[in-house]
Amino acid sequence: MHIPDGFINLATSAGAGVTAAGGLGAVLHRVRTTLSERQIPLAGLAAAFIFVVQMLNFPVAAGTSGHLLGGALVAILLGPWVGAIVISVVLLLQALLFADGGVSALGLNVVNMALIGVFVAWLVFRLLTALLPKTGAALVGAAAVASWVSVVAASGGFVLEYAWGGTGNAAVSTVFAAMVGVHALIGIGEGLITASVLTAVLAVRPDLVYGARLLGVRRAVVVRADRRATATFVLAGIAAALLLVVVVAPHASSSPDGLERVASDHGFVGTGQTSAAAGSPLAHYSVGGVPDAGVGTILAGAIGLVLTFAVGALVLHISARRGASRSTDDAVRR
Amino acid sequence: MSAGHTHALYVHGDSRLHALPAHVKLVALLIVIVAVVATPRERVGVFAAHAAVIIVAAAGAHLSPRFIGGRLLIGAPFLAFAFLLPFVGGGDRVVVGALSLSVGGLWGAWSVLVKGTLALAASVVVTATTPVPALLAGLGRLRVPVVITEIAGFMVRYLEVIAGEMHRAKVAMAARGYQPRWAWQGTALATSAGALFIRSHERGERVYDAMLSRGYQGRLPQPDATAATPADWVRALALPLCAAAAAALAVIR
Repeated sequence: MHIPDGFINLATSAGAGVTAAGGLGAVLHRVRTTLSERQIPLAGLAAAFIFVVQMLNFPVAAGTSGHLLGGALVAILLGPWVGAIVISVVLLLQALLFADGGVSALGLNVVNMALIGVFVAWLVFRLLTALLPKTGAALVGAAAVASWVSVVAASGGFVLEYAWGGTGNAAVSTVFAAMVGVHALIGIGEGLITASVLTAVLAVRPDLVYGARLLGVRRAVVVRADRRATATFVLAGIAAALLLVVVVAPHASSSPDGLERVASDHGFVGTGQTSAAAGSPLAHYSVGGVPDAGVGTILAGAIGLVLTFAVGALVLHISARRGASRSTDDAVRR
Repeated sequence: MSAGHTHALYVHGDSRLHALPAHVKLVALLIVIVAVVATPRERVGVFAAHAAVIIVAAAGAHLSPRFIGGRLLIGAPFLAFAFLLPFVGGGDRVVVGALSLSVGGLWGAWSVLVKGTLALAASVVVTATTPVPALLAGLGRLRVPVVITEIAGFMVRYLEVIAGEMHRAKVAMAARGYQPRWAWQGTALATSAGALFIRSHERGERVYDAMLSRGYQGRLPQPDATAATPADWVRALALPLCAAAAAALAVIR
């Protein structure tokens, strides 16, 4: 999700930089009254915690692993305002010191992960907890769903930026299917990890969880993750991923909306109209040889989803290895 | 607390680049990266000029090509997407061996690779020659809010402490024969992460108490950020402005 330099054009990056600075400025202004001097070391330690948790690779299956993005986790642990600042600081240092994400793309990354990621998670969390009973289990469930939505929304932010100023020549619908589809699956993992981490903190120090303080949830011992709830969450996530790829992705290109017009005005090749890989078996999102157009579309979407997931898993696997070597590199300073 | 004053990318040295004030170097870095990103992807020669600028700066800082190359490899996974573009790109296609590749996608891949790599090389040169406290003070001089730089300072200072705690938790787990391979075994790791958050928080409280006992009154002592002389600016910006001029010419013509 960390965008490198040169991936999105300069105008869009600069626009995102201004948006990020404005958004963070508003957050800082809001926090100025509530963020006591005492909280600065605490926020710094929380940023170090998030950085370390992002290096921690959670198993996915048979040796592949993924890591947490942490937007929803910080929003619920620290509150959205401090959370957005903490994620921004992590992104700033990752860009400057750890070659994670480009310096010119910092604005894009802050908008996607610190602003969209944190505040969307917080909105969803507040909405759900307003509807659910004020218990630890409901809080953890709401956190899981908020994490999923936040990861998908952040990847949606990337797709919007790509449509505005992507330099890659892939059709917006392709990028949408790849990014949002893969992140709808990654979001399942994000939701499960966020829920587990929150469960662990709620069992020992519920007073440290901003979301729990706000809701008046006291000690909440969720001894073992509810298997039925977990299964429902995973299946719903997979269903939503399929829905996004099969139903929404084709519309990302077939309707010549304002965004696409602006994109083509800015020289972004109008590949939305001429579908990507017109000669490939997945052309126009229907599988050749399958007579029913509807079934064909769904099959093509499903195959695309599996392919993109395979590629995503491969990339994650490579970066996980890199992360592992990097963490030992950093931890054991010569 | 002896850790945290340098970082993984820092290379100790006494070159002119090491001696320049950090905020000047940050401005120079931004100019080079903007120049690289703004250059139209068809102007291959201009990218060679940018590369020359970065190589001269690296040589001036006594950084070996091997060091820079190693650091560039770290960024490689992020560029993996580039290799997908020739396959999924639209427009004209060209047949290479058994593969049918999109011409636009090939250009897109080239653009992502060359711009990403050059920008990364430029930031490696700057971060390898600037210690973290100077870097943060430099950000402060560039009007980054003090809340941000102070939080960043604490983060860098305690990063290894927290990473060390996590590492020990994992070692303890492995020593007891538990190395999760499947998603449903991840709960143990997540529980350690939860414990890690509590420990980070409690350490933060202890750090604050320790600061108070040493006379903290709401503001950290600022490291004396060296002011930049006009000569510093000229020395630091000469090369980046060459890159910017090359990029500007490439955009105009």
